[in-house]
Amino acid sequence: MGMTATLSRTTSHGGASHGSAQTPDSHDFPTRPYDLVKEFVIALVVVALLTIGLAAAFSSPDEKAVTMTTWAAAAPSDVIATAAGELAGTTTSAGYGPPYNSAADGQKLGPFSLQKWAGVRIPVDSANDLVLAPLRMVPGDSGLTATLATWDAAPADTQTAWATAYVTALAAAPDGDPTKVAKGTYGPVPQIASRFLSLAQSGGLEGALTQSGTFYGSDATRSLLLLADGAFLEDQARARSLGGDQWGMMNETGNYPGQPWMWLYTFWYQVPPFATSDNADAQVWGLMMLLTLALLLAPFIPGVRSLPRLIPIHRLVWRDYYRDHPRQ
Amino acid sequence: MTPPTTPVAGTTQPPATDEKPASRTPGSGDSWTRWVRTRIVNTVPEGEALPDRQPVYVSSWVYIFGVLTLAALAVVVVTGCVLAIGGTTWWHVASLGHFVNSLHLWSVELFFAFMVIHLWGQFWMAAWRGNRTLTWMTGVVAFLGSIGTAFTGYLSQSNFDSQWISTQAKDGLNSVGIGAFFNVLDPGQMLLWHVILLPIVLGVIVVLHVVLVRRHGVVPPLDLVDRVPDDLARSEGR
Ligand code: HEM
Repeated sequence: MGMTATLSRTTSHGGASHGSAQTPDSHDFPTRPYDLVKEFVIALVVVALLTIGLAAAFSSPDEKAVTMTTWAAAAPSDVIATAAGELAGTTTSAGYGPPYNSAADGQKLGPFSLQKWAGVRIPVDSANDLVLAPLRMVPGDSGLTATLATWDAAPADTQTAWATAYVTALAAAPDGDPTKVAKGTYGPVPQIASRFLSLAQSGGLEGALTQSGTFYGSDATRSLLLLADGAFLEDQARARSLGGDQWGMMNETGNYPGQPWMWLYTFWYQVPPFATSDNADAQVWGLMMLLTLALLLAPFIPGVRSLPRLIPIHRLVWRDYYRDHPRQ
Repeated sequence: MTPPTTPVAGTTQPPATDEKPASRTPGSGDSWTRWVRTRIVNTVPEGEALPDRQPVYVSSWVYIFGVLTLAALAVVVVTGCVLAIGGTTWWHVASLGHFVNSLHLWSVELFFAFMVIHLWGQFWMAAWRGNRTLTWMTGVVAFLGSIGTAFTGYLSQSNFDSQWISTQAKDGLNSVGIGAFFNVLDPGQMLLWHVILLPIVLGVIVVLHVVLVRRHGVVPPLDLVDRVPDDLARSEGR
């Protein structure tokens, strides 16, 4: 009898996921009075009061967005270096690949080039869209017009050579200071970069980038790509412990909980092989999709679905009932 | 309790003149209307949608977290709607707006805390047993939907956090091709996902989840020696 019971228990275990035959119908059990609506109303009041209490005690973070003007004022050399980098094609956005341009293929998930397959759906030509187009909109500046004309007249090779040389020279200059750059053949690049800085200082750059010729600007793709190409935004984030290797994605400014439910996603970026992989994003995404599928299908996965039986936390949950109704 | 085939008002009336009684059987399907009605009526056993009794084994704090999650969701939705009334700059410039923003944030933090406890509670109770797989799965989808909604919320703040989170998150989404269609650098698109699309999806999933819970009743304890005999059930007064 004992053997049989054990045996049948094992079978029921195997079918536990969908075997209603083995899990009794909850409607067959004795009941006691309970007030569901009252429970919900009390829960609602408690949660509302808790929310009000927490909001009153801790408020919420709302640190102002970085503007091009703050960037230009705080880190002018970074604006210059970023502008030169866009012209040289050395910035993150310029070499990004899909969905912005075809400068690269993007990341792969094993044999799958999902990034490439999705295509260039949000076209951004970093040199033109992020630097030159805003400058072309500036009216009544004949010096600027002449500088841009010089740039336009040069062959692409020459443009790239000028800009690359200037980027290298800036990197070599003390503190990246444009006034301390060694002499070289930079064409009109230093003038373009410096005029770009003054446009940023004037506060006119956001509008030129975000609205890009439309009245209602609600798409910040260009200004965010430009900002992210510079070092300033990341420096600000790191100073607030928000770097990618500081679990940054799930945190927010100040001592607030942020998105702690993202801990597993953020975790993978901190450890090998992902921490050092060129395809880290795609790999972490692939892994998380797999784990999510596992959570979704937990009732069907042998081993996983048995955990609740093997680690008997349920004895605690149903201890009152088990007291009078013995467990198997 | 009531078997699911209980006739409902309307089906018990005498058949119309030329109709065969057989077509009165639920699901017999010569009327689409009748089929839909039967489905609706039979989804949750009669009296079980809002029962005033519960099985005796329901006796633990862990059961409260589903309802707390639901209550927190209600607070999240209400505070979100108040934020929407003020518009997208309100919470940066007005102290009342900022306070409502704080309410919205903290109700979300509570919502997730309750939901995660609820998730693990259901896991350790193996609450997917007895045809409850779909209840578990809608729960997982609700969890995912909530993460997406919270994430787009962070992108809709239009502050430093949005700038940093969006420029960081774009690489993950782009790497698997999603970024080409779901542009985290476009706050207009993100705001619409946050306030319309994802809340609708989440709302539908949560309704399904709760209906499924009521359809099957609360999952009985693991590893009971016997099924509950009917006479015992009666003697304990149900
Ligand atoms: C928006 C989020 C959610 C809401 C509002 C919600 C709400 C509820 C409520 C009110 C109940 C019934 C009472 C209780 O046991 O607490 C319940 C039961 C259940 N929930 Fe959730 N839930 C959510 C998310 C989840 C998640 C993330 C999971 C697991 C992955 C889950 C799995 C379950 C299961 C399996 C049951 C059935 C329990 C039983 O039959 O005894 N739910 N849910």
